[in-house]
Amino acid sequence: MDQTWQPACDLEYLRLRAQMLKKIRFFFEERAVLEVETPLLCSTTGTDPQLDFFSCEYHSFANKESLSNKIMYLQTSPEFAMKRLLAAGSGSVFQICKAFRNGEAGQIHNPEFTILEWYRVGFDLPQLMDEVVDLISTVLTVDSTNLDVYKVSYVDLFQQATGLNPLEFCLSDYCSYAQENGISDAIDICGNDYSMWLDFIFSHKVQPVIEPYALALVYAYPAIQSSLARINTKNTAVADRFEVFIQGVEIANGFFELADVIEQEKRFDQENADRLAMGLSAVKKDQYFLNALASGLPDCSGIAIGLDRLLMMMTKNKSLNNVIAFPFDRA
Amino acid sequence: MAKYSTNEFKAGLKIMLDADPCAIIENEFIKPGKGQAFNRVKIRNLKTGRVIERTFKSGESVEGADVVDLEVQYLYSDGEFWHFMVPDTFEQYQAEASAVEDSVKWLKDQAICTMTLWNDSPLSITPPNFVELTVTDTDPGLKGDTSGGGGKPATFETGAVVRVPLFVQIGELIKIDTRNGEYVSRAKE
Repeated sequence: MDQTWQPACDLEYLRLRAQMLKKIRFFFEERAVLEVETPLLCSTTGTDPQLDFFSCEYHSFANKESLSNKIMYLQTSPEFAMKRLLAAGSGSVFQICKAFRNGEAGQIHNPEFTILEWYRVGFDLPQLMDEVVDLISTVLTVDSTNLDVYKVSYVDLFQQATGLNPLEFCLSDYCSYAQENGISDAIDICGNDYSMWLDFIFSHKVQPVIEPYALALVYAYPAIQSSLARINTKNTAVADRFEVFIQGVEIANGFFELADVIEQEKRFDQENADRLAMGLSAVKKDQYFLNALASGLPDCSGIAIGLDRLLMMMTKNKSLNNVIAFPFDRA
Repeated sequence: MAKYSTNEFKAGLKIMLDADPCAIIENEFIKPGKGQAFNRVKIRNLKTGRVIERTFKSGESVEGADVVDLEVQYLYSDGEFWHFMVPDTFEQYQAEASAVEDSVKWLKDQAICTMTLWNDSPLSITPPNFVELTVTDTDPGLKGDTSGGGGKPATFETGAVVRVPLFVQIGELIKIDTRNGEYVSRAKE
């Protein structure tokens, strides 16, 4: 008989996952960070052209032709809704929920995955970086002082790995680097797209350099990749954004959160323009979120961790299929 | 031929790359949380046998390669071409030197092997993993040596030269692993 009805992972992983979730909840309870829930099914979604979303239709009961029908989106992260809570005065909050990203399936991608996202009111980025290290050591049940943590700025790491300056886009330098280092495909694929060059070189040539580290925190991303982070006040070439890697595998992404509604709307518009240029349709801006920013988001830092990947890395697995009961091809 | 999008990439898929037919060995989907998605693939050029790494932008499409594998029987060589036949249909194919170069030394008449066809013409021949061939020439072994330590070259009926243990004699049937070209054992006749 076909055995694909069975869980893809060993049953032991159900227990390990439950244990991980318990430790995380305990960690935040001790720090008085409130657990919250926000909708997975939302009326709007993010504009990021690099995130593809699932959409579906809501219709009135037994009447598919009704005027009240509307398109709803499965959220790619609970970020906007959680920031609405922060703006409303919730204080520090965390959430463990599912997030959905269309088209992302592979060894370390599952289109539906579990995310841990939290926001710390009053924290700057270095404080949040310390807390991430604490959380991961707690989950791994190791003393944080015994964990091999490598903190490095994006610029230093990039330069050390490639000799290139990531803050200055010099196409001829990037092309000759690609030519000489076995990634000449980048020349055709990336063309004149600065951000795509950074992604290409980072994933092919920089990430392997941090594979030896149990935990690497890479901070101060180039401003062009600021996403929802603030631009650094002292050095406007970089953003207050960091990423966490376990043995070279991306696990988390954190920001000192952008609170300026005008700047936020500008980024939405820019991303929508990028979407159109890429042949995608524009996305309706989340007005609830923009109004929340307009009413005032407290200074805070926030981060999201992919929990399936964290479980995969802590158990030294190479594929998410080994740690998820019913991954995409069995869902 | 059909086109394949990067999301259909998987081991074994045959695609055209730089005008050559290739087989995907490994496909890795790379995507930063915030950023561009790529597919990094390990790929074998089926003409040259070389394995290379290539990266595609996710979502891109590439042309499929019309490549199929057939079980065939080796018939003979006329010096310019090597002739093979599909046992079931008696259909015959002639392969050029470039298609048989690495395999021909393992093939004796009637041997069954795998032929890879590209657009219906032979691209390569893969011998079985193990073949049994007769030694036609080798130095006489030392008396009493049965350990096989050291070894000596032996020439086989097909022209292949393989290192064999010292006790192997002319006329013996020997089992050889064609993947690494190494002696396995004496074969039972």
